[in-house]
Amino acid sequence: MDKLKLIIKREFLAKVKNKSFIIMTVLSPLMVVGLFLLIIFLNEKNAEEIRTIAFVDESQKFSDAFEDSDAVKYIDLTSLGIEEAREKTKEFYYGLLVIPKSDSLSELSNGITFFSNDTPSLTVLSSIESKLEKKIRNLKIAQLQIDVDKIKSIETKVTIDAENFSGEKSSKIGSVLRMFAGGGFGYLIFMFIIIYGTSVMRSVIEEKTSRIIEVIISSVKPFQLMMGKIIGNAMAGILQFIIWMVIGGILLFAVTLYFGVGEVSSSSAQMAPEMVQQMQNSTNNDLQLVLQEIKNLPILTMFFSFIIYFLGGYLIYSSIYAAIGAAVDSETDTQQFMMPVLMPLVIAIYVGFSVIENPHGPIAVAFSLFPLTSPIVMLMRIPFGVPWWQLITSILLLIITFIGMVWFAAKIYRVGILMYGKKPSYKEIYKWLKY
Amino acid sequence: MNNVLTVENVCKNYGSFTALNNVSISVPKGSIFGLLGPNGAGKTSLIRIINQITLPDSGTVYLDGEILQPHHIQHIGYLPEERGLYKSMKVGEQALYLAQLKGMSKEEAKRKLKYWFEKFEITHWWDKKIQELSKGMAQKVQFIVTVMHTPKLLIFDEPFSGFDPINANLIKDEILNLRDEGASIIFSTHRMESVEEMCDYIALINKSNKILDGKLKDIKQQFKTNQFEVGLLSDNKELLLNQINEKFSAENSQTISFNDDLRLLINLKNCETSKDLIEFLNNKAQITHFTEVIPSVNDIFLKSVASNS
Repeated sequence: MDKLKLIIKREFLAKVKNKSFIIMTVLSPLMVVGLFLLIIFLNEKNAEEIRTIAFVDESQKFSDAFEDSDAVKYIDLTSLGIEEAREKTKEFYYGLLVIPKSDSLSELSNGITFFSNDTPSLTVLSSIESKLEKKIRNLKIAQLQIDVDKIKSIETKVTIDAENFSGEKSSKIGSVLRMFAGGGFGYLIFMFIIIYGTSVMRSVIEEKTSRIIEVIISSVKPFQLMMGKIIGNAMAGILQFIIWMVIGGILLFAVTLYFGVGEVSSSSAQMAPEMVQQMQNSTNNDLQLVLQEIKNLPILTMFFSFIIYFLGGYLIYSSIYAAIGAAVDSETDTQQFMMPVLMPLVIAIYVGFSVIENPHGPIAVAFSLFPLTSPIVMLMRIPFGVPWWQLITSILLLIITFIGMVWFAAKIYRVGILMYGKKPSYKEIYKWLKY
Repeated sequence: MNNVLTVENVCKNYGSFTALNNVSISVPKGSIFGLLGPNGAGKTSLIRIINQITLPDSGTVYLDGEILQPHHIQHIGYLPEERGLYKSMKVGEQALYLAQLKGMSKEEAKRKLKYWFEKFEITHWWDKKIQELSKGMAQKVQFIVTVMHTPKLLIFDEPFSGFDPINANLIKDEILNLRDEGASIIFSTHRMESVEEMCDYIALINKSNKILDGKLKDIKQQFKTNQFEVGLLSDNKELLLNQINEKFSAENSQTISFNDDLRLLINLKNCETSKDLIEFLNNKAQITHFTEVIPSVNDIFLKSVASNS
């Protein structure tokens, strides 16, 4: 036991003291925050740019249809005539909207053209379209002599309150939240397995190529060495995630505090007081909804199952990685064995997408029971609520598989670390199991 | 118990390949035991079994009278032929780690390492990484790591490879020192002259079987051919040669003589003794040289392996 502790300590320190580990650990959160800042910066830049759109309205019906907004201003050039307006627009404005002279409202809906220097952005076009549509619709209603207020009173907005039979409420926001929670955890495990599994494999190969392996295993059992390596690397990984969360959390908090407050105050200055009031109300409501939904998530189940699936999944895969490392002489030889390992992981991520669509469908259930994909798929399902029997079966299968896999990997590892010079085939490795 | 290590009827198969077939050896306490054999004979397999790296299919290994158990690891020091250290780890850190894996406490390991580092005058290497050292320097560290826990049994596989003659000599003296301090040593090498120089006992393994073992002296006795090399000064060499050939069977020796004497290899029959030969020769010529031809380990090796296959 003491020796296992020693090995774990060494593996942990060897990983943590590594320059690339330190750089990755410090740089990644900075990069994430940097990206965040860049997005904010670009958004601000975009918002600052005000587009002016000129229009020539020969039909004389739309002069009041265009209201200026923060990003787009409209200017009426009808008095200049089409030709002159075109010249002027080319020089000064973003684009020119030409509404032809026509008495029929139906004809109008097809005859309108937008000229611009560059291809216009889709949002600009659709915003203009909707403005025109609204105006034409109102004009048509007026033509038919229907009371506009009456029409408005017919319009209804429906919000469905979904609730399951045990009384838990769910909503669209809730679904999105579940998607992010499940997807985030699943993806985290996926990344962790690949990054730290590969790291275990490299470490095994390093011991083989530096030929220290025989010295070490004359002091400890190969199984101890393998487990020490797997556990030591996992601890380094967990440390890295904790550091990321702490640094990232602090930085993101600082950034949102700085930018968030600044933005709200500057934009509220331009807005009418009642609008601000409205907006705050709606954000408050949203926030309350989100908080409510977070409360509704099976947080305890999520947390514990995350730990179980994280450990189980990592142990299964990293022991496979260790066995691969032991079987080969150099990293270039690992390719033929890597495909079958990566396959279930990638499939799990793909299946994960469909799980979000249909969390209780047969595919979702099957892959959340299958131990090579369950760490990812089950975690994506859990926020949507999973029957207990499935969760327990899945965890049992996971535990049985990881015990079997560690045993199997240890056998290959034990023989592989002492084999040099030949690239083993699957047949060869099968023979090692019987040594 | 006078044997530090006893291997009894050990067999080891890898699939259909037999690496060791019913091999038994005994290593007496305080001796240097040469484990010899051609490449691929099964030496490394045997060493790995003694180190509990692999388990035998059948047979028993005793260390100091006890059946080999995991805790015996701390009583064995092993320098493998394929040696290495963690390249990016510092010398001192690494040595401490390996010492602790052998069951030493940290303080004890530090004390021992200090002693050895001072002895080899390499104290200033403590904070260097292995990759900054030359191969020979790394080998020195490796040697220290092997012996620092003062094991009862030391196993050296080609201990001199990678050393220049000065350092090889240093290591040789250290090995003899360790023996004098009470350690028993298994010594596997292809350098027969060092076997000749250092080993008290040898065992020869060929094609998974032990074909020869025992005290080096006894084995030499056993391989003695009753052949003597003589140097004779005479005016009439041809006459002398004829006279000798009448009584004994003689052949020309390959040795180059500096005083132009007649160099002969003379084979005696079992009933004849060296005394007979000297008396005979003394009457005929002036004897400048007289030695019994003792087979070298190299000869014994070649002869045994050839007759075995």
